[in-house]
Amino acid sequence: MSGLLTLAYLIGSITFIVGLKMLSNPASARKGNLIAAAGMFIAIIGTIFLYEENGERLHNFGWLFGGLFIGTVVGVLAAKKVKMTAMPEMVSLFNGMGGACAMLISIVEFDHLANGHITVNIGKFIQDAIGQAAQHGDINIGAGFGNPVGKYLIILLGLIIGSVSFAGSMVAWGKLNGKVKDFSFNGQHIVNLIVLAAIVIAGAWLLIDVHQQFSGGNGSWTSNPPAAPFPNIELQSMADTTLINTLFYVTLALSIVYGVMFVMPIGGADMPVVISLLNSFTGVAAACGGFLYNNPVMLTGGILVGSAGTILTILMCKAMNRSLKNVLIGSFGAKATSAGGGPKDQGNYKEVTIADAAVMMRYASKVMIVPGYGLAVAQAQHVCHELEKLLEEKGVEVNYAIHPVAGRMPGHMNVLLAEADVPYEKLEEMETANAAMPNTDVVLVLGANDVVNPAAKNDPSSPIYGMPILEVELAKMVIVNKRSMKPGYAGIENELFFQPKTSMLFGDAKSVLQQLVAEVKTL
Amino acid sequence: MTAILDFLQLHIEMVYIVILSIFLGIEVISRVPSVLHTPLMSGANAIHGVVIIGAIIVMGKAEADNWLALVLGFLAVILGTLNVVGGFVVTDRMLEMFKKKK
Repeated sequence: MSGLLTLAYLIGSITFIVGLKMLSNPASARKGNLIAAAGMFIAIIGTIFLYEENGERLHNFGWLFGGLFIGTVVGVLAAKKVKMTAMPEMVSLFNGMGGACAMLISIVEFDHLANGHITVNIGKFIQDAIGQAAQHGDINIGAGFGNPVGKYLIILLGLIIGSVSFAGSMVAWGKLNGKVKDFSFNGQHIVNLIVLAAIVIAGAWLLIDVHQQFSGGNGSWTSNPPAAPFPNIELQSMADTTLINTLFYVTLALSIVYGVMFVMPIGGADMPVVISLLNSFTGVAAACGGFLYNNPVMLTGGILVGSAGTILTILMCKAMNRSLKNVLIGSFGAKATSAGGGPKDQGNYKEVTIADAAVMMRYASKVMIVPGYGLAVAQAQHVCHELEKLLEEKGVEVNYAIHPVAGRMPGHMNVLLAEADVPYEKLEEMETANAAMPNTDVVLVLGANDVVNPAAKNDPSSPIYGMPILEVELAKMVIVNKRSMKPGYAGIENELFFQPKTSMLFGDAKSVLQQLVAEVKTL
Repeated sequence: MTAILDFLQLHIEMVYIVILSIFLGIEVISRVPSVLHTPLMSGANAIHGVVIIGAIIVMGKAEADNWLALVLGFLAVILGTLNVVGGFVVTDRMLEMFKKKK
C-alpha cells in the first residue's frame, strides 16, 4: 500500500468518526454528514488510483467508472425523488444494497481462492519474505501463505452477514411500502434456529475441509517452503473443491432464507428497530471486507457503524419501552391479531362534523395536534401548518405533541413537520406534551393510533403494554381523524376512540384539514 | 484452531482496531436525542457503504477473462455506489429540513 493511500485511508477513518459524532447533535448533524461523505470520496478515489497488490495497480477502469457512474446517477435520483414519508423504506433499500455488495465481494473472493489457478512466483515470494525478515529481524516465511482457514472464515462471515442483511432489508423494504405482508407460523422461531444452526454447520464443515486439505494435501506447504533455486511453481487449486463449493453456496442460500424468515414476522412499530439492526449487520459485513483486504478504512467504518448501530437499535427499543429480545421474537403484529381476537365490541363511537370540529378548535384557548402516519401518507403536513397558523392568528395557542416513534421511524415526524416549516418551538416532546395535556382544550389526532392507545397503560394483555404513549385522554376533548375505524398499524383496537370525550372525524387527513382550514376562515 | 490463531496473530493490529472502534462507536452516539435517530441511522447507513472499496478492489483486479469476477464485481460496484451516494444524499435531504427551523 502506498504512503499516499495510507494517508487517504487515515483521513477516511477520521472523517467517519468525526462525522458520526457530529451526526448525533442537531446543530452539527448536516455538516457531519458532509464531512463523512468527503472522507468516503477521498477513500474511494485513493483506492481506485493508488491501490496496489503485489506491485500491480488496479485495471478495468472502464467497468469501474461505468459502475460508479450508474450507481451515482441512480442513487442521486432515487434519493432526491423519494418522498419524505417513504424515507424508512429508502434507508432500508440502500442498506440492502450495501449488504448485497458485501455478499458479492465474498462470492468473488471465494471463487478466486477456491477455484482460481494461482500462479505464485515462489522465488519472488521468498525473496520478499526474506527482505521483510531482514527489516523486522525474524523470519516468518510462509506465515501469510500457510493455511488459509482464517481467510475462508472471514469470507464466510462477510457472506453470511451480508446476505442476511441484504435479504432482510429487502423484505423490510417490501413491508414498509406495503408490498409484503407480515407472515408468521407456529414454531417459526424454531425453524429460524434450525436454519441458523444449519448455516453454522455448513460453514464449520467448509472450514474443516479446507483445513484438512491444506494440512495434508495437495499443492500446499505450511512450514517448509521449497528451497532455492526458487522455481516458479504453479499452484493448482486444491485437489477437490467440489465439497467446498457446494458448502459455500449452501451457506449462501441458507443465509438468504434466514434473512427473509428473520424479518418476515416482524411488523408494526418494530420495523425501524429491525432496520437499524440490519444496518449494523451491514457495518459488520463491511468490516469483514476490512480484514480480507487488510484495509483499515473498511474496518473502522464498518465496525463504527456496527457498534453505533447496535446502540442506536437499543436506544430505539428503549424509546418504545420494548426489549430487543421482544422485538425479535415477539412479532408484534402477529400476536396482536390472536390476542385481540378480532374487533371486540367496545361500545359506540361518535362522529363530529367538520363544522363542529372547526368551532371547537377556533374557540379553544389551547389546541394540541398529534400528528401520526395518517398525516404523513396524506402529505398533509403543509395544510396542517396552515391550520395551525390560522388558529394562532385567531388567538388559539397551538402546539404539536410528538411521540418518539410517531410515523414509521423515530424522528420521522419531526422531519416531516420541518419540511412544512413548522417552527421548532412548537414541537413538544412526549414528556412536556403529556404534562400539558390536562390544560389542553382540544387534541386533534391526525392519523395516529398506537401512540395514543391507552391500552399501553391499562391493559397488561395488550401487545403494546408498557410503551409510553401520549396521554391525550387527559385533555378536555379529543378529535380523532382517521380514514375508517380499522385498527392501526399494530393491529390493535384503540379504546380511546370509544371514550365519551372522543369524537371521530373520518376522512383523508389532507382533505379533512383543507376543509377545516376553509371552515375556520369563516368563523 | 491453530490456523485461526495464526490468522489472529497475523492480524493482531486489525483486531485492536476492531475492539477500539467498537468502544468508540458506542461512545460517539450514546447520547443522541430521539429526534435524530432516523437521520443518524441513515448517515451510518451511508458510512457502511465503505464496503464499496472492497467492490472496487474485486472489480479492479479481475482478469479480463474472469467473467464471474467482472460481472459480480461490476454489480457490487453499482450497489455499493447506490448505498454510499444514496445514503449521503438522503441524509442530507433530511437534515436540510432541520436547519430551516432556525
